Amino acid sequence: MCLAIPAEILELKAAGQALVSVNGIRRVVNTELTPEARPGDYVVLHVGYALGVIDEAEARRTLALLETEGALADPFEDHERAALEAAS
Amino acid sequence: MKHLTEYRDADRARMIAAAIGREALPERRYRIMEFCGGHTHAIFRYGLQDLLPGNVEMVHGPGCPVCVLPAGRLDMAMRIAEMPGVILATYGDMMRVPGEKGRSLLKAKAEGADIRMVYSAADAVALARDNPERQIVFLAIGFETTTPPTALAIRQAKAEGLANFSVFVNHVLTPAALAAILGQSDDKDADDRDMVEIDGILGPSHVSVITGYEPYEFATKAYGKPVVIAGFEPVDVLQSILMVVRQLNEQRCEVENQYIRAVGTGGNAIARKLMADMFERRQSFEWRGLGWIADSALKLRPEWQAFDAELRFDVAYRSLAETKSCECPAILRGQKKPVDCKLFAKACTPETPLGACMVSAEGSCAAYYTYGRHREAAA
Ligand code: SF4
Repeated sequence: MCLAIPAEILELKAAGQALVSVNGIRRVVNTELTPEARPGDYVVLHVGYALGVIDEAEARRTLALLETEGALADPFEDHERAALEAAS
Repeated sequence: MKHLTEYRDADRARMIAAAIGREALPERRYRIMEFCGGHTHAIFRYGLQDLLPGNVEMVHGPGCPVCVLPAGRLDMAMRIAEMPGVILATYGDMMRVPGEKGRSLLKAKAEGADIRMVYSAADAVALARDNPERQIVFLAIGFETTTPPTALAIRQAKAEGLANFSVFVNHVLTPAALAAILGQSDDKDADDRDMVEIDGILGPSHVSVITGYEPYEFATKAYGKPVVIAGFEPVDVLQSILMVVRQLNEQRCEVENQYIRAVGTGGNAIARKLMADMFERRQSFEWRGLGWIADSALKLRPEWQAFDAELRFDVAYRSLAETKSCECPAILRGQKKPVDCKLFAKACTPETPLGACMVSAEGSCAAYYTYGRHREAAA
């Protein structure tokens, strides 16, 4: 129920609607809560409504922060990696 | 979908898990409650618990809207659905939830009630538009994520003058549920076995996209529990766990935001205003597992009562007993694990759910069954 997914805005339509792509599937959704969203933006999509816009710059910043942790990382068991990859 | 794959990247996940392993102090325990069913689901799907050191334990919280709706509210929905001329529309997850004596909406539908699954509240409005001779009732459930969509649907129905549309509102509030959990663990008179010990909290991400993260400050101030607003991807969850571990190690207690890419301090202002304009708090609301909680749920304001199905169809609430031996209530409070239920994976499976926690993908029992049971059995 609460599972929301990132969707890419492809085209803005009239009356607070937009055509989006979710994992390659296109559908028209409601964007009245995210009037600032533009084509190319990703939104958090939930039950057919965009709840918020994903900030690409912040997404990169979070990942960059993680890279600095990476320099200190311990090697992991191979089977744990395989399990994680199989699950994803 | 660049950032999505990166937040699912196995190498990154391992790297953060390794950092948790290094930083978690071996002499202490870290019991972290993930409030949201979405986190529970991610933890099981990606096997994240297995990546964590033994002293970092995840406690599953009540943040599954399907799971917390009590049988009595489901019973009201069925009574409305059985009225002549009514079409009841609801999200797919609701169809199989067992109510009184195990009766679900699916069963009511098989017995002749007109109950339809919709993907979105907008689809329920479309049903009203297409069936002017019928009464369309949208069974609305969910936390602050699904409330603004419900509000937009009602506004749309009003704009179109759809007099045959109404909503059975069951929207509930996240901070109230969290306060109930923390309050119970704080209650000195509570039976020891009833205590859930929690050291820190993974806060809801998509709820926070709407509400911002200020509503969780009470958890740090009144209860001394660090909160990290956490995204739903595996890298998000692990990074958030690391942030909680660090707060505890450094004896800090704050609301931190890991999910910065989508959550701003104040949330979504349009959605908040919409909710405030259309809804007000109910005095009290019964939750499955958590009991009656004051100020924990929403109803329509008097100006919008024309759309209130409870008033239109004049149905009253009565508390009903939950399925006997189903441990959902204790599981929703974080006190028990699905494997502690003697029906788990025997009489109760996702195909034949006996309790709400087995129905929704975010329910602990369903997540345990789908991703964890075999590992559990082998161990
Ligand atoms: S396994 Fe089924 S009966 Fe047992 S607690 Fe979970 S939902 Fe309830």
